[in-house]
Amino acid sequence: MPAEGPAGDDDDIRPVPFRGGGFRHVPLGYLSPLVFVGLIALWELGSRTGWISSIALPAPSAVFAAFLDLVETGMLWQHLRASLLRLVVGWTLGTILGIGVGLAIALFSVLRAGLAPVVAALFPVPKIALLPLFIVWFGIGEGSKVATILFGAFFPTVIATYSGVDNVDRGLIRMGQSFGLAWASIVRKIVLPGAMPAILAGFRISVSISIVLLVAAEMIGARFGIGAYILTAGALFAVEQLIAGVAMLSVIGLTISRLIGRAEKRFLDWRG
Amino acid sequence: MELIVEGVSHRYGPTEVLDDISFTIGDGEIVAIIGPSGCGKSTLLRLVGGLERPGEGAVLMRGAPPDRSLNPLTYVFQDFALLPWRTVEGNVSLVLEDHAMTAAERREVIDDVLARTRLAEFKQALPRQLSGGMKQRVAIARALAVRPAVMLMDEPLSALDSQTRELLLDDLLELWLRERFSACYVTHNLAEAVRLGHRIVVLSRRPGRIRELVRIDIPLAERSTAVAELARLQQELWQLLRDEALAADRELADAG
Repeated sequence: MPAEGPAGDDDDIRPVPFRGGGFRHVPLGYLSPLVFVGLIALWELGSRTGWISSIALPAPSAVFAAFLDLVETGMLWQHLRASLLRLVVGWTLGTILGIGVGLAIALFSVLRAGLAPVVAALFPVPKIALLPLFIVWFGIGEGSKVATILFGAFFPTVIATYSGVDNVDRGLIRMGQSFGLAWASIVRKIVLPGAMPAILAGFRISVSISIVLLVAAEMIGARFGIGAYILTAGALFAVEQLIAGVAMLSVIGLTISRLIGRAEKRFLDWRG
Repeated sequence: MELIVEGVSHRYGPTEVLDDISFTIGDGEIVAIIGPSGCGKSTLLRLVGGLERPGEGAVLMRGAPPDRSLNPLTYVFQDFALLPWRTVEGNVSLVLEDHAMTAAERREVIDDVLARTRLAEFKQALPRQLSGGMKQRVAIARALAVRPAVMLMDEPLSALDSQTRELLLDDLLELWLRERFSACYVTHNLAEAVRLGHRIVVLSRRPGRIRELVRIDIPLAERSTAVAELARLQQELWQLLRDEALAADRELADAG
């Protein structure tokens, strides 16, 4: 009965229960190094006590010793240089070509109709399957390895670029046209920066594909390179060397991902 | 410079959008175009500025554009169309960069238009840091930078809240009193139309035809005091539009 209201219930006052908790990320930046250190410590402990067999998985200290050995013999530099050179050259060329072709597909209807299906057909082919072909074409040396990485980086970049351009706000392009901007200015000052978020997101994918292809290519006929090092270690059952090689790959991947993060901060700071 | 719209009709596929529209925009005159939503107002403005070709009829310019006009027909868009990756200064600079002028001249023009729109202190701000009203001021500054003969304004205040809208309306009035620009001002807001328009083109619902051409003889400078008169005018316009708006509201959206 509304006329009576809350009369008589004056003592029954309680707070509204809070129901909005959870489902929200709290940044806990200190946790991830702790997890790393903890895992490695646990692993070391397991190896020392013999709970983890040293044949199956060597202790972190043994892996580190293998790594130091690499440093001392100077082989580290040789492997690293070979791998990074292939990676940088292949990825850079693939990315430049990819952005160019992606832009062309996005901007010209003829090229879109002609090339987009070709790209769609070749993108899902694992490029490592083409390595034998590349060896026939470019020889067993650097050419075939760089080509494999180049193609691996090329296709995701093409797709990222043209879908990025497709998503550029048409209103901005119309604005550019309405002010009489030259075609080249519209592409350079409106279309390309507008597609930048998508292109940089594509970098993350193309880099990880490139690293996979790098190792695979180096496992087929390379004297130097981290892939070759890992393969040799495996053949000799030198598991600690094998793991040292894998750890180096992980560090390379992390470093590149950091660099891309930097680039995103630098080029996309306007997003806030 | 005068802008003449002559017998413009337009269709998108089978849908007739505009039917035989004719009017002129004189030098220093603001022509407001009102009509129910979906009547082809924005299409008409795109045709007027050459962003689309009319199916029939033509849009003509008579007389030379003012001296040093870099872009005689210049748009101000409803959604501002600012590049989010450029600062206020950079957004104004964008429309000057394709013209032959030294960096110093360009800087001079930018400083001048930003001062005129009272944006000087926001020169280095990015669009995301600005309120809607400020963004539209930047867009207006950008339009002024190319010295337009006719400003083509597509619902420039419709994305703003009503208080900001009032402020910007006053700004536009003041700007016109200083600069006497010509404009084609598309809006669905009758209050804006009677405050800013020397003449008002009333469109019917789709296909848009001119239902009425209303001339308002009160000088723009006196509009803010002639409240009763404007309210009466606005009421009249609403009577004209009411049935059209009602019918337009009940149309199915997929028709066009």
